[in-house]
Amino acid sequence: MARRTTSGLLFQGSDWNFATLSRAYDAIEQVALEEMGLSVYPNQLEIITSEQMLDAYSSVGMPLMYQHWSFGKRFAYEEHHYRKGHRGLAYELVINSNPCITYLMEENTMAMQALVTAHAAFGHNHFFKNNYLFRQWTDAGAILSYMDFAKKYVTKCEERHGTAAVEAILDSAHALMDQGVFRYRRPPRLSSEKVRERARERLEYEEQTYSDLWRTLPQVAESRDPAEAERDASERKKVLNLPEENLLYFLEKHSLILEPWQRELLRIVRVIAQYFSPQRQTKVMNEGCATFVHYTIINRLYDQGRIGEGHMLELLQSHSNVVFQPDFNDRRYPGINPYALGFAMMQDIQRIATEPTEEDRDWFPSFAGNGDWMETLRDAWANHRDESFILQYLSPAVMRKFRLFQLSDRSSDRFVEVASIHNERGYSAVRSALANSYDVAANQPDIQVMDVDLLGDRQLRLQHNVKHGILLDEGSRDATMRHIRHLWGYEVSLAGVDAQSGRTVYECSTAKSSE
Amino acid sequence: MPNFIDRRLNPKDKSLGNRQRFLKRAREELKRVIKDQVKSDRIIDVDAAHGVPMPTDGASEPTFQPSRGSGERNYVLPGNKEFSAGDRLPKPEAGGGGGGKGKPGTGESDDDFQFILSREEVLDLFFEDLELPDMVKLSLKETVTFKPRRAGFATAGTPTNINVGRTMRNSFGRRLALHRPKEKELTAVTDEIAQLEVEPEPTAKSRQRLKELRVELERIEKKRRRIPYVDPVDIRFNRFEQQPLPNANAVMFCLMDVSASMGEREKDLAKRFFVLLHLFLKRRYERIDIVFIRHTDEAREVDEETFFYSTQSGGTIVSTALEEMIRIVEDRYPSQIWNIYAAQASDGDNIIGDSEHCAALLREKLTKLCQYYAYVEIIDERETEIFGSTDNGTALWRAYRTVDGEKSNFQMTRIAKPADIYPVFRRLFARQPAARTRK
Repeated sequence: MARRTTSGLLFQGSDWNFATLSRAYDAIEQVALEEMGLSVYPNQLEIITSEQMLDAYSSVGMPLMYQHWSFGKRFAYEEHHYRKGHRGLAYELVINSNPCITYLMEENTMAMQALVTAHAAFGHNHFFKNNYLFRQWTDAGAILSYMDFAKKYVTKCEERHGTAAVEAILDSAHALMDQGVFRYRRPPRLSSEKVRERARERLEYEEQTYSDLWRTLPQVAESRDPAEAERDASERKKVLNLPEENLLYFLEKHSLILEPWQRELLRIVRVIAQYFSPQRQTKVMNEGCATFVHYTIINRLYDQGRIGEGHMLELLQSHSNVVFQPDFNDRRYPGINPYALGFAMMQDIQRIATEPTEEDRDWFPSFAGNGDWMETLRDAWANHRDESFILQYLSPAVMRKFRLFQLSDRSSDRFVEVASIHNERGYSAVRSALANSYDVAANQPDIQVMDVDLLGDRQLRLQHNVKHGILLDEGSRDATMRHIRHLWGYEVSLAGVDAQSGRTVYECSTAKSSE
Repeated sequence: MPNFIDRRLNPKDKSLGNRQRFLKRAREELKRVIKDQVKSDRIIDVDAAHGVPMPTDGASEPTFQPSRGSGERNYVLPGNKEFSAGDRLPKPEAGGGGGGKGKPGTGESDDDFQFILSREEVLDLFFEDLELPDMVKLSLKETVTFKPRRAGFATAGTPTNINVGRTMRNSFGRRLALHRPKEKELTAVTDEIAQLEVEPEPTAKSRQRLKELRVELERIEKKRRRIPYVDPVDIRFNRFEQQPLPNANAVMFCLMDVSASMGEREKDLAKRFFVLLHLFLKRRYERIDIVFIRHTDEAREVDEETFFYSTQSGGTIVSTALEEMIRIVEDRYPSQIWNIYAAQASDGDNIIGDSEHCAALLREKLTKLCQYYAYVEIIDERETEIFGSTDNGTALWRAYRTVDGEKSNFQMTRIAKPADIYPVFRRLFARQPAARTRK
């Protein structure tokens, strides 16, 4: 206690100004980069008001976004809850871009500003820069200029083709956002701005030089030999690269009725969906990483005597609010808190690396007791997503701490069964069940384009691979199908095929449902 | 050193455009909701901000969602207390669903979500099919007129508003506090100087005295210059506050036939008429009382709830309502003090022989008491062609026709649909100046 002197404090009182912010930032940066070895994009910290935070919320957290009514709906929704006091606003918001933009709320106290700087500007930032998913699927350097382009392009389209026409396309595209990402194959690299510009110019040139005369040329009559039909089909599938999991991509490339600007709109929605897909797959890790980083840094600064005890109490209280996990039967239970789970697992990794028990040595021979917890964590952050992270790192100790248990729920039964609990026999089952529940691809309906007969009735045939007998909600399914039909231009059919037995479970089509 | 940017001064309402788009999209549905709410609201509440539930039709965003009632799922939940593997728990009967880990789709499970519409938006939606000209819509939204009223003093203002008394008092206080040499002291010194100067043979002592006096004079004059008689800090202005113009009070009588022939549609039209009249009056008057009189074969003053919703059976004698109104006016609303407006809604039915009595009451008494008396007859849409605006019609209509030409403050009209309501008001406000000078 004696070594504590007030002179070393980074800030005093709860008010902040740009001098204290910057002093705190420098101290945090020192710990983050030199002691923890984090590697981050350059930071840009922006101070905003609560109103602006609500704005940012409603446009999916992007500083630039095209205009659409659904964002207005979301804004009204967020505002309602905020005004009623149902939920507070986040203290910060961080954008995966280079430079990494962090929004700080002006209402935060100085201590909170320090906490969120450590949390977002270093925790999230490190994760964005190093995690393999983000490296592969997003281009932090280009996203802001792309959003700028998207916003301007949508506005331009609205001017040329009318708001209603643009909205109709965007509505349909939004309905397919979940089916608008590549999951199973590597993405084409996000092309640079120049390439995109050239492609667009070419499209515009084609639009200008289009001559209706070509359409009137007689088509070469093709003999339809039934024997060749089979070969045609496989040929066709090869040409169209079927089956295709990315519905938005398929419609953008092969829709029969869309005009170039409409395809570009689909592309914009698809790019945004793809940009956000890594975030959905790494919720636990991302938040866990940020929480772990801020916790470590704040404690380190306290040990150095650079944060006062009063502030430390405030920070600890807010930290423990963030990592609070209510039990399943608690009224407040909203699901497993990704902050709590991620933070607990990462703290546990630290413990296993430094002071492992016998059990830990059994479960994690690769890093138990290796002493270098920071290196172990950095490696985990870089090379995993939620599913694989939980599958590899969830320890029995954490399962016991959370008292996790697995329920199996068969819709045909009148009861749910406790399949396994946090005991010797249940650990691995609970762990893989939890990991599985974080597998975004496995939990979203798997719908693929199977076939389309371009020379025949042009019907688009989709297939839903039904896993574990989980069907689609019929109301929203039919509404979404109508959106696909709108983009495709002809009838669309969907067949549900059981993934295991290969049996067709259900079939539906826009042709039938519209009758 | 990071890059700090202060965005707080950036323009607000970045998502206002999105909100308007959303409103436009949900317009039809919002209109219906507003209409329903207005139907159930009290008349004076129509003119306020409304919360409406989230529209579902125009604003749904469907996606492929797994259905909850099918297949086999595994949940992992925290906080196990007593379960061990193999335990079976009965499923909760309705809703909730097993472990309750369904993903709520945006906008679907938000039953309690209220979307707040501002007063302007409500009025726009509500009056949309009344075909009000935009000018009227604008003036509906107009705020009350203000009149400046004295309210204390201010240190800034226009020269015309200087309060001399207060200014001089300040000046006096300041002069005292700073010891500004008085006029008297100055004259004493100058007099003495003058006296000494005229002395023919000044002694050394008096020369010395003269020198001292001149120094003293200079000091006094300097100080008087430095501390002016009236300084800008002394000046006070009369302060005026904008006070809402104290308007005379108005009372609005709503008379309605509630016999069985008045159905839901008729009452809705009548209510719209009353609401509109109330809004117009509200623009003009600070305080408005509303009196509801309903009648079958006898009339009674009731509250709004009863007026619109409770039903009563019986015959129809219109004159009872008019008599009741006259009684209430004499009782509580002397016409010298109150501006009286009356609106009568009926389907035109009346007992035989009573209509003439009504017309007489109207001609002799009510039109003299009232600023304005409106009679709306609510008819079936099919009847509009038959009746047109000719003289024939129900007995009540024919009887009232005789008053119509005679009295300038009486208006009568037939309403079959909401759009018919507005023209009545146009006539009312075209004649308003005449009606006001009469008072």
